[in-house]
Amino acid sequence: MTTIKNFFASRWGIVSAGVFVGVFAPLLQKWGNPGNMGICVACMERDIAGALGLHRAAVVQYIRPEIIGFVLGALIAALLFREFKPRGGSSPVIRFFLGFFAMVGALVFLGCPWRALLRLAGGDGNAIIGLAGLVVGIWIGVLFLKSGYTLGRSQKEMKFSGWVFPIAMVTFLILLLIAPQFGRTPDGTLTGPIFFSEKGPGFQHAPILISLIIGFCVGFLAQRTRLCTMGAIRDVILIKNMHLMSGILGIVVAAFAVNLLLGQFKTGFSNQPIAHTSHLWNFMGMALAGLAFALAGGCPGRQLFLSGEGDGDAAIFATGMIVGAGFAHNFSMASSPTGPGTYGPTAVIIGLFFCIVVGFTMREKIA
Amino acid sequence: MAEVIDARGLSCPQPVLLVYKKIKKISKGVFEVLVDTDTSKENVSRLASEKGWQIEVNRMDEDYRLVLKKE
Repeated sequence: MTTIKNFFASRWGIVSAGVFVGVFAPLLQKWGNPGNMGICVACMERDIAGALGLHRAAVVQYIRPEIIGFVLGALIAALLFREFKPRGGSSPVIRFFLGFFAMVGALVFLGCPWRALLRLAGGDGNAIIGLAGLVVGIWIGVLFLKSGYTLGRSQKEMKFSGWVFPIAMVTFLILLLIAPQFGRTPDGTLTGPIFFSEKGPGFQHAPILISLIIGFCVGFLAQRTRLCTMGAIRDVILIKNMHLMSGILGIVVAAFAVNLLLGQFKTGFSNQPIAHTSHLWNFMGMALAGLAFALAGGCPGRQLFLSGEGDGDAAIFATGMIVGAGFAHNFSMASSPTGPGTYGPTAVIIGLFFCIVVGFTMREKIA
Repeated sequence: MAEVIDARGLSCPQPVLLVYKKIKKISKGVFEVLVDTDTSKENVSRLASEKGWQIEVNRMDEDYRLVLKKE
């Protein structure tokens, strides 16, 4: 067990986790997921929000089993290696809204950091602009961290509090499988409360079991290796450390190779799957997301894996993201392939303002 | 008695950052770091050994006491 543990903590451990994501994300696309969206934490949580009726954008509604797998895989890894530690209480309300605005930013760009990497590996030039925004957002977060920003300490909590989020995921799985329809429209037709897209990206998905198993393996590996895109960029800027970055490079190189093999690689800026070409808002959306991730201590994937370990603060962040996705579509803040939504730019400015206020006001002398 | 940095309950990357600041300030000596997650233990250990510090890990109940040493 110790040998396995040491392997996962090593350079090769994190590279292999990255390669696993890089190989299976394009494969999930081949097996049915939308273009350059084999894995995308933000998009998939957005689809879940839609399936639960939190927004009614009919083309992006589906309970993505990958998300459920991420949390449950991390839970099993944490239990096996005795790292399941229920904890919480580190500025939960702030974390909720950081998650909320992280999602708004991600949906203006159309993707989480992982999807930005996968879009890059699929030849989408807009991803370069988004990644540049991500780096700038994280860099601003690093400046706050260096100057004493903190959300305060978490406390140990009772065992059950760590189980709530994984149980919610199991509930999502049940809702996916039985998709109850007990709502009624005014004319009496059955509708909701679970909505699945009948066309569009929400309708494109790999078989449930495959998505669930791959999600589970990613969750397991990522919990062990602490794979995190935001952390990778942050560590390079902050402490000149390449450990996490080697996992990220693993994702890009592997995804690029598999995309080439599968004939999914197509370079250019326009007509890329689920992407728009507004450079300014691709950049600004990801800058907002990057800053929110940096202030909350992890990219959206990492927050899910931490939730599986029993970290209630990460679970609050993830919940904020799902709620944020509902608002993003209901308030016309999310982008579409034609460009940013009507209120997307305004929402990004408000989100940046919120994050900067958080960065300046949340500080405390620790050591 | 070695100086103790209590990084328990702090989220990533603050434990590493506290240690990073410390070892930039003192180029050698002994100090202790308390952390409560395996992630923080690994991150602090990785940083310390990269910077040429010796590290000793002690488990105490649910937390870890890391002793960092450089001569």
